[in-house]
Amino acid sequence: MNIAGIPILTFLIFFPLVGIFLMLLLPSTQQKWIKWAANIITALEFLFSLLLLNNFNSAAEGMQFMEKASWIKSLNIQYLLGIDGISLLLILLTTLLTFLATLSSWSAVKDRLKEYYIFLLLLEVGMVGVFVSLDFILFYVFWELMLVPMYFLIGIWGGERKLYAAIKFFLYTLFGSVMMLVAILVIYFNYHTFDVMAIMETGKFLPMAVQSWVFLAFFLGFAIKVPMFPFHTWLPDAHVEAPTAGSVLLAGILLKMGTYGFIRFSLPLFPEACKKYMPIVIVLALVSIVYGALVSLMQKDMKKLIAYSSVSHMGFVMLGIFVFTPMALKGAVIQMINHGISTGALFLIVGVVYERRHTRLIADFGGLSSRMPVYAAVFLIITMSSIGLPGLNGFIGEFMILMGTFPVNFYWAMIAATGIILGAAYMLWLYQRVMFGKLENPANQALSDLNLREFAVFTPLIIMAFWIGIAPKPFLNVLDKPVEKIIRIVNPDYYNKPALEIKKVESAQAHEPGTPGTHGEN
Amino acid sequence: MTVNTILPEIVLTIAALVILLVDVWVKKKEILGYLALLGTAATSIVALQSLTDRGYSFTGMIVNDEYGLFFQLLFLAATFVVIFMSMHYFRENTQMLGEYYSLLLFAVLGMMFMVKAADLVMVFMGIETLSLAVYVLSGCLRDDRRSGEAALKYILLGAFATAFLLFGISLIFGVTGSTNLAAIANAVASKNILGEPLLLLGMGMMLIGFGFKVSLVPFHMWTPDVYEGAPVPVTAFMAVGVKAAALAVFLRVFLVALPGLNDNWRPLLIVLSVLTMTVGNLIAISQENIKRMLAYSSIAHAGYLMIGMVAGGDSGVPSMLYYLLVYTFMNLGAFAVVMALGQKGEDNLEIKDYSGVGSRYPVLGFMMTVFMLSLAGIPPLSGFMGKFYLFSSAVKEGYVGLAVVGVVNSLISAYYYLRVTVMMYMRPSEKDIAPAPMRWSLVLALVITTFLTFQIGLFPSFYLELAKNSIFFLK
Repeated sequence: MNIAGIPILTFLIFFPLVGIFLMLLLPSTQQKWIKWAANIITALEFLFSLLLLNNFNSAAEGMQFMEKASWIKSLNIQYLLGIDGISLLLILLTTLLTFLATLSSWSAVKDRLKEYYIFLLLLEVGMVGVFVSLDFILFYVFWELMLVPMYFLIGIWGGERKLYAAIKFFLYTLFGSVMMLVAILVIYFNYHTFDVMAIMETGKFLPMAVQSWVFLAFFLGFAIKVPMFPFHTWLPDAHVEAPTAGSVLLAGILLKMGTYGFIRFSLPLFPEACKKYMPIVIVLALVSIVYGALVSLMQKDMKKLIAYSSVSHMGFVMLGIFVFTPMALKGAVIQMINHGISTGALFLIVGVVYERRHTRLIADFGGLSSRMPVYAAVFLIITMSSIGLPGLNGFIGEFMILMGTFPVNFYWAMIAATGIILGAAYMLWLYQRVMFGKLENPANQALSDLNLREFAVFTPLIIMAFWIGIAPKPFLNVLDKPVEKIIRIVNPDYYNKPALEIKKVESAQAHEPGTPGTHGEN
Repeated sequence: MTVNTILPEIVLTIAALVILLVDVWVKKKEILGYLALLGTAATSIVALQSLTDRGYSFTGMIVNDEYGLFFQLLFLAATFVVIFMSMHYFRENTQMLGEYYSLLLFAVLGMMFMVKAADLVMVFMGIETLSLAVYVLSGCLRDDRRSGEAALKYILLGAFATAFLLFGISLIFGVTGSTNLAAIANAVASKNILGEPLLLLGMGMMLIGFGFKVSLVPFHMWTPDVYEGAPVPVTAFMAVGVKAAALAVFLRVFLVALPGLNDNWRPLLIVLSVLTMTVGNLIAISQENIKRMLAYSSIAHAGYLMIGMVAGGDSGVPSMLYYLLVYTFMNLGAFAVVMALGQKGEDNLEIKDYSGVGSRYPVLGFMMTVFMLSLAGIPPLSGFMGKFYLFSSAVKEGYVGLAVVGVVNSLISAYYYLRVTVMMYMRPSEKDIAPAPMRWSLVLALVITTFLTFQIGLFPSFYLELAKNSIFFLK
């Protein structure tokens, strides 16, 4: 679909590329111009992505804003784009976080500015591309394309062990995705198309033996990206060494691609294999939740702590995806957005003090709240959002996932709930050690509070945290149709079951998170 | 007229001879490079017309078909780039330029006959024309010991390989009574000699002979030493041209003359393919010299190509053709960057010399990154499309395991290709690299190869159709 005569999805993918060409024309000595150009381009991209909201019909079934063109005729590869509610939210998150990441780099990055911003923009091309592609090969191209700029961002502007982290990140993710490529080929020679929508419309699934293998290959690709225990070891390294903006986008967007892949491809295309492997995936998700939280408790480095907390939070998302109930799946998507907002913000928060003090060790700080009151307030709100305080976004996602899991298996929900408790423990402890107590380290005496630009970076994230926390209805609305469609494929029993009590509970819960919101809006 | 069928080769021979003659008379040796370009261009134009005389000629020695033309045009395109590179490389070192360019064209002549050959005798003559020229070319830096060593090694091992090939040919002639490819196939089919041990032995000998030329593991030992010692443009020419020509003739001989034996040679090729990819990539990881690294990488790429030959059929062979096209330009590009960073020819060849290049020479750094990522098979560059097509043909024919070995290998290869980018962008510079000012010709070579590395990957339809239409001889 076009907006004002322009195919909007294509425009969103390639607008940052136009930005790259503009930046190439600027001489690298003009640092100020380069910064302005990058910020304006990413801001515009965000504004353009808001146009999607105007024309999005949340009551419609299937994909919207579809674009279709032949790309490589002889191999039957198409340029096929389209979004549903799930991708819509992720695209908006992508454009917002990329803009904020760019803005946050204003004074943090000092050398090789031009290349830095070019890589950020190229990353945005890949990220938006992944969320809008409906052709397997097109999807794969963007999926891999995104590795390159992130690799350079970590490798050039990263910390001390940047080389190790960059190569580990690249090879780990590449390993998963090449296996996925072979699986994509197997799918192709069964359906004779790469068109994901066309494959779904056939209503036929691969024979079980093939389906299992294909599922496992995709699982490897996506689980490494998520990352799930035991495929998570690249994440702490990459996060710790990446520059702030890189960490924000890595945690905020790149990890979501794994879970997005499960929702978009694994569930609807290999439902039988999904059911077969469900117990294993759930166990891994639960292990991720608890293990990630426990390891977070032990960290001395703030960034590492947040990195492991990501493992725990993404475990929640995986749990929500693989219990196959609409409530949990919706919760999982909301939790993906929440994690993008709160963890993105946490990395930005660490970035603020790192830029001033060049250390991330918790022990180097303490009592900062007296020097940086505004910073302390921002940090507090985000901490609360991350641990799931009601009224903030984290609560909605975790609550819905637990609610959706509970009727399926009580124990899974219980184990997951311990993850929330541990989460509160490590986050509050972190906050306490950094913010409260006496300001003893003399190096921290001179710390300045957030400046206007930094405050501007956090404002949209805080607004979003409250918005989703108080009035999640608009976000949940766009998810209704796509989630129903997926659950109908993977767990048709859910809708056919006469068990009314489950439905009642479920519909009552669906209203509950929304209720305070409707009050708020009135 | 039958002479028409070899008109391109005649034009090329004349061009090579003219260069030799002019060399004696002119002082400004620059001109020789332009003459070589002119000769290549003229040959290309004539070659484009050559399909008007399709079919066999010279009593079944020569065949004019799309397959041959595809490769001839590929060779000529590669030769253009190699000449551009040579014009930069030999800007000072001018004593033997006449011989250099004419030998280069004679090597191309051998390649052109190889891909047009319909008879084992013609195949052999083509290979020898090519090999003799390249033996000399690899040793053409007279004062450089490594260059001399490369030439000696190449000629000894090359002769060894030729002996195998010739022995294989004579065994097959003994069993089937013919050296003509189509006649051999007929004899194998009609005389019911499929299980004949001498035939199998002949096939095996030929496989070894071709294996040497294509540098399949375990017949690859000569490759790294020769690639390292030869002058960069000659290495580039060997890595793309010689390999492509050997592969083209290998394919034609096995698919046209010995299709009946494919149950015998396919399992062998599967083993060779897995060995070649894996050994090539694993050894490449530990290389410190960029030319040696590219040598092992070219071995690994021969392994990928074998996947297409194993898959065979309507998709396997075109995927090889397409991959060769892709491989030619990305590899030439990588060598062109190596050359641009070498000061007077053969300097700065250690990978660690490349530290800091990315920030000091952003354009060269960018180009090298493009070639490295393309060789590693990262989309949307052409290397990805090539591998994708190869692996998809393997999956289509049911060789999923082989495709998995292929993708795991491209993962391994990503490590050493990335190392070059790590050096260029992520390490402070250790050595003061001040490359000699670039000639326009090298700039052109770099621009062409970079452009094609993007273009063939992003818009592959045209090239894929070309590859598909080039295999009519199989049907």
